[in-house]
Amino acid sequence: MRRRNWSIPYAIFLLVFVVVPLILIVAYAFTDEEGAFTLGNFRKFMMHPEAINTFIYSIGIAMITTILCLVLGYPAAYILSQKQFKTSKTMVVLFILPMWVNILIRTLATVALFDFLKLPLGEGALVFGMVYNFLPFMIYPIYNTLQKMDQSLIEAAQDLGANPMKVFTKVVLPLSMPGIFSGILMVFMPTVSTFAIAELLTMNNIKLFGTTVQENIYNGMWNYGAALSLIMLLLIAIMSLFSNEENNAQNESGGVI
Amino acid sequence: MMKNLLAKGYLWLLLALLYSPILIIMIFSFTEAKVLGNWTGFSFDLYSSLFSGGMHHSLTNALINTFVIALIAASVSTMLGSIAAIGIYNLKSRTRATMNFVNNIPIMNPDIITGVSLFLLFVSFGISQGFTTVVLAHISFCTPYVVLSVMPRLKKMNPNIYEAALDLGATPFQALRKVILPEILPGMISGFILAFTLSIDDFAVTIFTIGNEGLETLSTYIYADARKGGLTPELRPLSTIIFVTVLVLLIVINRRAEKQKQEK
Amino acid sequence: MQQTNFIIEVQNVSKYFGEKVALDNINLSVKKGEFVTILGPSGCGKTTLLRLIAGFQTASEGEIRISGQEITQTPPHQRPVNTVFQKYALFPHLNVFDNIAFGLKLKKLPSSIIEKKVKGALKMVGMTDYELRDVDSLSGGQQQRVAIARAIVNNPEVLLLDEPLAALDLKMRKDMQMELKELHKSLGVTFVYVTHDQEEALTLSDTIVVMSEGKIQQIGTPIDIYNEPINAFVADFIGESNILNGVMVKDKLVSFAGQEFECVDEGFGENMPIDVVVRPEDIYIFDPSDAAQLTGKVTSCIFKGVHYEMLVQTTTGYELMVQDYNYFEAGREVGLLVKPFDIHVMKKERTCNTFEGRLVDENHVEFLGQEFECMPVKDIEPGATVKVEVDFGRVILQDNEEDGMLTGDVNFILYKGDHYHLTVRSDWDEDVYVDTNDVWDDGDRVGITIAAEDIRVMQ
Repeated sequence: MRRRNWSIPYAIFLLVFVVVPLILIVAYAFTDEEGAFTLGNFRKFMMHPEAINTFIYSIGIAMITTILCLVLGYPAAYILSQKQFKTSKTMVVLFILPMWVNILIRTLATVALFDFLKLPLGEGALVFGMVYNFLPFMIYPIYNTLQKMDQSLIEAAQDLGANPMKVFTKVVLPLSMPGIFSGILMVFMPTVSTFAIAELLTMNNIKLFGTTVQENIYNGMWNYGAALSLIMLLLIAIMSLFSNEENNAQNESGGVI
Repeated sequence: MMKNLLAKGYLWLLLALLYSPILIIMIFSFTEAKVLGNWTGFSFDLYSSLFSGGMHHSLTNALINTFVIALIAASVSTMLGSIAAIGIYNLKSRTRATMNFVNNIPIMNPDIITGVSLFLLFVSFGISQGFTTVVLAHISFCTPYVVLSVMPRLKKMNPNIYEAALDLGATPFQALRKVILPEILPGMISGFILAFTLSIDDFAVTIFTIGNEGLETLSTYIYADARKGGLTPELRPLSTIIFVTVLVLLIVINRRAEKQKQEK
Repeated sequence: MQQTNFIIEVQNVSKYFGEKVALDNINLSVKKGEFVTILGPSGCGKTTLLRLIAGFQTASEGEIRISGQEITQTPPHQRPVNTVFQKYALFPHLNVFDNIAFGLKLKKLPSSIIEKKVKGALKMVGMTDYELRDVDSLSGGQQQRVAIARAIVNNPEVLLLDEPLAALDLKMRKDMQMELKELHKSLGVTFVYVTHDQEEALTLSDTIVVMSEGKIQQIGTPIDIYNEPINAFVADFIGESNILNGVMVKDKLVSFAGQEFECVDEGFGENMPIDVVVRPEDIYIFDPSDAAQLTGKVTSCIFKGVHYEMLVQTTTGYELMVQDYNYFEAGREVGLLVKPFDIHVMKKERTCNTFEGRLVDENHVEFLGQEFECMPVKDIEPGATVKVEVDFGRVILQDNEEDGMLTGDVNFILYKGDHYHLTVRSDWDEDVYVDTNDVWDDGDRVGITIAAEDIRVMQ
C-alpha cells in the first residue's frame, strides 16, 4: 500500500509555490539589483526616517486595533459561549460572517458610513475601519476556546467557594488564554500587514507599512520591497512564537465557521 | 434577568456597529443617486444598469473573470487537496508533521507576504503575469484549506473500513471509490465552497500576480475605481449581491457542519 | 498436489516492524471447521497474526497457506477469508442491506440472488427486518451482528474475528458468545478468533493458541491449557493460579512453600529448580488437623457468587489463594492440603538472567548496551565475547529512573507467593528478570542497577 505517495504532487506544489517563493524573499532582500550580496536594503530602511516612521506608526495602529478588538470582542465571545445567555448559533454566524466579505467592500462600506454620517475621514475612520474589519477575527477564536471549556469547571470553582468575579479571573480567563493569544495574532497580523485600506479610509493622508511594501514592489524596487517584506515577516514570526503551540491544536479541529 | 438583557443588548449593539456600513450600502443600492447619502427615491436602476453591460463593460468582465478564476482555482484545489490529504494521512508521523507545517504556512502568512513571494517567483522565472499566474496563486492559498477540511474526515474515519472493503473483495481502487470517497466527500464539498469564497474575496494576492495586461477581477476593479476617487454607483448593488451570496454560502456550510456534528 | 486436512497453515512466519519483532517464527495449523482462538495480552502479536492471514499486512518471513494454496503475498481481496473487525468497521454511508451486499455486489451477482443471500444472512444473525436501517442508528450488539452477516454472506472458507466482542458490555458479550458458538456449529466454517479474554477463549474454542511477546507459548484444547499449562506465563494468564518457586527433590517428590509434597511428575532430575502451579480450587481448606500439609491464617475472604476466595498466609511465609464453598473468616487458623495430581510441575525457562556481553577490561564488562563494573576477571582476554549471569534477586529496581544504570519498563508481573517475579523490558530491548518484594505496577518506568559483585562473567 503506497497511499502515502499521494502526498508527493502536493509536496512538490508546496515546494514550488510556498517554500521557494519564501526563499526568494530572503534572497532578494539580501541582494542588490545585480544579484550581489548586500545589506544595503536594510541599511536603506534604517536610514530612511519616513519608512521607519511608517513602520512604527503601523505597529501602533495595529496595537490600538488589537486592544480595542480584545476589549470589545472578549465580552461578546463570552456572552456567545455561555449557555446561561441562551444565544443562538445564528448569532455566532452573524458575528463571523463579515469575515468573509471582501475586505475592500467592507472598507468602502465604512467610507460610505462616514460619508453618510458626515464624519471626516482620517485617523478615527482608520481605527474604526480596522476594528470593524478585524473584530470577528478576535471574537471567533476566543469564542471557540470558551465554548470548548468544560462547564463543570465553573461549577467546580463555585462549589469550592469562588464568587463570580473569582470564577472569572481564576478559571475562565486563564483557560481562555489560548483563544486570546490566537485572537491577538489573528487581528494584529492582518492589521500590521494591510495595504490599500488605509488610503481609502484617510483620503490618502495616512500610509501604512503594507502600502510601502506594495509601492516599492510596484515601482520595480524588488530588492528593497523584499527586504521590507522580510522585516514584516520577522515581526509576525516573533508575534506568532507566543501562541503557536496552542494555536495549532485549535486550528486542526476547527470547522469552517 | 437584568444581566441577560444587558448581555443581549451588548451583542445587538456590536452587531449594529458591524453591519451598519453594509446596511448603508444595501439601502443605497436601491436608489439611483450618484453620490452615496443622497436618496432620490426607490429604484432598481442600479441593478439593471449593472447587468445591462454597455457602459460598465469592464465591471461585467471583472465579475466574469472573478468567477472563472474562483471556479478553476476551487476545482483544482479540491482535487489536489483531497489527494494530498489522503497522502498526508498515510504518511509516517515525522513526515506528516513537516507536511502539515508547510501546509499551514500559506494560512498563517499575511496575504501581502504571499503576494510578494509569488510575485518574486513569477518574475524570477520570467513568467509573464496574467490569468494563469492568478489562478496558480489562488490554488496555492486555497489548497491548504481544502487539506484542512478533508483531514478531519479521514481522522474520524474508522481505519478498518478500507480494510473491510478489501476483505470483502474490493480492489484497492474500488475500496477507495466506494468507501473512502463517500466518507471524505462532505469535507471535499466544504473545502470547495471555502476555496471558492476565498478566491472571490481575495485582493492582496491577486493584485501582486495579475500583471498589467489589462486583466481585472472584482477586487482590482474596485481598488482602481476607489483610487480614482469616485465610486461607481453600480458597485453598491454588486456589493449587495456578493454579500447576500456569501451569506447564503456560509449558512449552507454551517448547516452542513452542524448536521455532521449531530450525526456524530 | 498434496492433500492436507489443514485449512490454514502458518509456517515459520515472522513479522518485523522496523527493529521491533511483532511475530517470532510462528507455526500454526488449523483444521477445517475448527474454532481456534488466539489468546494473549495486548501487544503479544495476536492481531498481527490475524492481519497476516487476512492479508492486510504481509509476513517478513515464512509462508502462509489457505486450503493448500500459498497466499503469503496475495492481496486481501483475493483471499477466501473474511474478517469481523473489533470496531465493526461498517460503512457509515451505506445502510444495513448495502453493507451486507457490498461483497456480493463486487462479485456482480444478480440482484435477486443478492437479496436472497442478504436476507438469509440477516436471519442467521437475528436481524431480520433491519435491512433499511442506517448503521449508525444500531446499538453496538446490532452493529456487530451486521458486521458478522456482512462477512459470512460471502461464504468464506475461514472467518477471522478480531476481538469482536471487546466493545460490548458484559451481558451482551455473554449472549453473543453463545450466538457465535451456535453460528459456528450451523455454518461449519473455520473460525479464527482473537481475544485477550481467557474466559471467552475457554468457553468458545476447540483449540486455544496462547501467545506472548510474539511467540506461541502453548497450543491445546481448553482443558489441556487449563490443566497442564506449559509455563508460568500460561498458568498465570489462564484462570487463577498459585505459582511458586519449587525444587524437584526427586521423582514424585517436590518441595515448595517450605514443605515437601508428593506429586505425580517424574523425569526432572534431582534437586532441580522448577515452577509449581496449584489452582486455588485444588487446595483443600479446613480447620487445623493432622491431615494438613500446611497451616496458616486467613488474611482475606471475598464472596465470589458461587465460592469464597480466600488468601491464606502460611506459617512458612507464603501467601496462597484458595477457593472453597465453605466460609473461613479472616483471622481464622486453617489447615491446607493439596492432592498429588493437582500439583503441576513446570520446567523453569531460566533460573537466572543471562546476557551476551563483551569484556572491556579486567574490571568492566559491557552488556545491555551499558558498561558495568564487575569483580576482576582473570583468564579472559579483554574484548572477548562473554556470557554474563545475574541472579533474579540481585537486580535492583529504582523508582527514580535517573538513579539506575539503565532504564526500562515493567512489562509483566508474576506473584510467586512470597515475592514478585517481574519482567522488565530494558531500553536496550532485552528483558531483565527481577525477583523483588516491592510492589510495582505494569508499565512502571524504573531504573535498573546491578552491583559489581552480583555480575558473573564467563566464557
